[in-house]
Amino acid sequence: MTGLASPTLRKAPPAPGTTPGVPQGPPRPRRTALLPTAALVLGALYCLLPVAWVVVAATKADDELFSTFTFLPGSGFADNLGDLTSYRDGIYWTWMGNSVLYAGLGALLSTVVSAFAGYALAVYRFRGRELFFNVMLTGVLMPPVILAIPQYLLMAEADLTDSHASVLLPLVLSPYGVYLGRIYAEAAIPMELVEAGRVDGAGEWRIFSRIAVPMLAPGLVTIFLFQFVAIWNNFLLPFIMLGDDEKFPMTVGLFTLLKQGASQPALYTLVITGALLAVVPLIALFLVIQRFWSLDLLSGAVKS
Amino acid sequence: MTQPPKGARRSYGVKAAPYGFLLPAAVLFALFFALPIGYAVWLSFHKVEIKGLGLGKGARSEVWAGLENYASALTDSEFLASALRVLGYGAIVVPVMLGLALLFALLLDSERVRGRSFARLAIFLPYAVPGVIAAVLWGFLYLPDVSPFHYLLEKAGLPQPDLMDGGPLYLAMSNIAVWGGTGFNMIVIYTALRALPAEVYEAAKLDGCSELQIALRIKIPMVVPSLVLTFFFSIIATLQVFNEPMTLKPLTNGIPSTWSPLMKVYNDAFTGGNIHAASATAVVLALATFALSFALLRISNRRTTQGASR
Repeated sequence: MTGLASPTLRKAPPAPGTTPGVPQGPPRPRRTALLPTAALVLGALYCLLPVAWVVVAATKADDELFSTFTFLPGSGFADNLGDLTSYRDGIYWTWMGNSVLYAGLGALLSTVVSAFAGYALAVYRFRGRELFFNVMLTGVLMPPVILAIPQYLLMAEADLTDSHASVLLPLVLSPYGVYLGRIYAEAAIPMELVEAGRVDGAGEWRIFSRIAVPMLAPGLVTIFLFQFVAIWNNFLLPFIMLGDDEKFPMTVGLFTLLKQGASQPALYTLVITGALLAVVPLIALFLVIQRFWSLDLLSGAVKS
Repeated sequence: MTQPPKGARRSYGVKAAPYGFLLPAAVLFALFFALPIGYAVWLSFHKVEIKGLGLGKGARSEVWAGLENYASALTDSEFLASALRVLGYGAIVVPVMLGLALLFALLLDSERVRGRSFARLAIFLPYAVPGVIAAVLWGFLYLPDVSPFHYLLEKAGLPQPDLMDGGPLYLAMSNIAVWGGTGFNMIVIYTALRALPAEVYEAAKLDGCSELQIALRIKIPMVVPSLVLTFFFSIIATLQVFNEPMTLKPLTNGIPSTWSPLMKVYNDAFTGGNIHAASATAVVLALATFALSFALLRISNRRTTQGASR
């Protein structure tokens, strides 16, 4: 609307007697910069391209997938959906359910652990505080595979491989979550409030649960989302831990389906429809959530 | 004040509380980080010795191997080839991804650019797409029968390269990483840009600086710390690439099962069954990550102290 309204309007010189540099009234409309806008839109289209493709490709029947033009919609979406749902008694939806379970429960537990640890690191002064924090941060650098092999062997010792717990437990502690928890707690919780709570005779737990948690809420949502995405996207750990495909999350399930597709190309349409359905929930989640939550929080930004 | 016991109990509570709050994280760290790392290091210094025919109980025992596993890991041609591949891949991914992330962040920060909130969401969107699924989507877009690129090249009468073999494979693989990672890095840099005080630009504008000059002379130097951070995370992610090549593999013959170092480790441990050699390779990889990380941290610290003393 404002984009084309005033292509020739230039920034008016400051009125006499006013201080330059101090904004007065509503911001003046500026000229649209065409080339930069084009670059940004091009970047956005590039990022949307595969998503647009999967939306179209999921509508194609088997024979259309390799014969019609890439972005020409096909006629088989309902059939593909039906085939996917009936494939091995609906195992796809089991994978989806598993992913929701791993990511939902895992992220919830992770948020609780991160909130506890972040709060402790931000609010208390105690021996070993920095040591604990630094040791935790080295965990961020740890390649997942150096953890995954011994985790698998240790889980095998404990007879836990090929169980839901083997995928869930190792992901509950997120070093980045603890880091975010500390940053948010330092920014959001005034020490005076904690002191005031103590003077009023509230116990430490009560101060945390009644005063700190409500103030930390936006940060906790961020940690939850971050960890939800991390677990939802995880592939290596379940790939190594699980053998029974009834326990697979979406990523491992689709991978095995794609692998079988090399010898049975008919499975490709299932993979594509499955990929679309796996992407939709997270995109929907982000679209809904960005109305009341800022992406910036993901990088540890806090309002000063 | 008339109840000293209660006060004493409270101060004891204040002292003990942080340890209580840290307990879950500490226990989980010990079980799922410290213990496995220790075990991996232990494994890397041991090997299996088979006595006699290797039959019966006690015929297989783990014995001290010293640096043997490390020596064979570092001279393993498959490992070295995978390391070289990942270096080549990283040399494309890191500069392109961070360059685009910086460019888009600067564009998002410019008032004269339209469609910013749409673009911000669209470019961030791939963050929500799992690496495996991103590889599936792009993998199909690379298949000659499906690919719009091949379609366009055919219409134009140009030769159609196999995107999933040889040299083009690096570009194809890098493209998936760039697509998936640009949005997150853009947000990190954009957040840093928005935290800068607006007065700085206003002053520069009054002095007659163009938007481009402001971006180059003021904005970029001021977001160097977040560029270092994104660089850091990108390098780590590059060294650990696994999901994407693993997923593309069934679609082509151009990707060996030891394409990346992590695939090599996975292959040794779970296909070859040699967990000791795999552990040594994994430890080497972890050490390389640490060495790079600390080198980067040192460089960036020197930079920031210089900036502060200026």
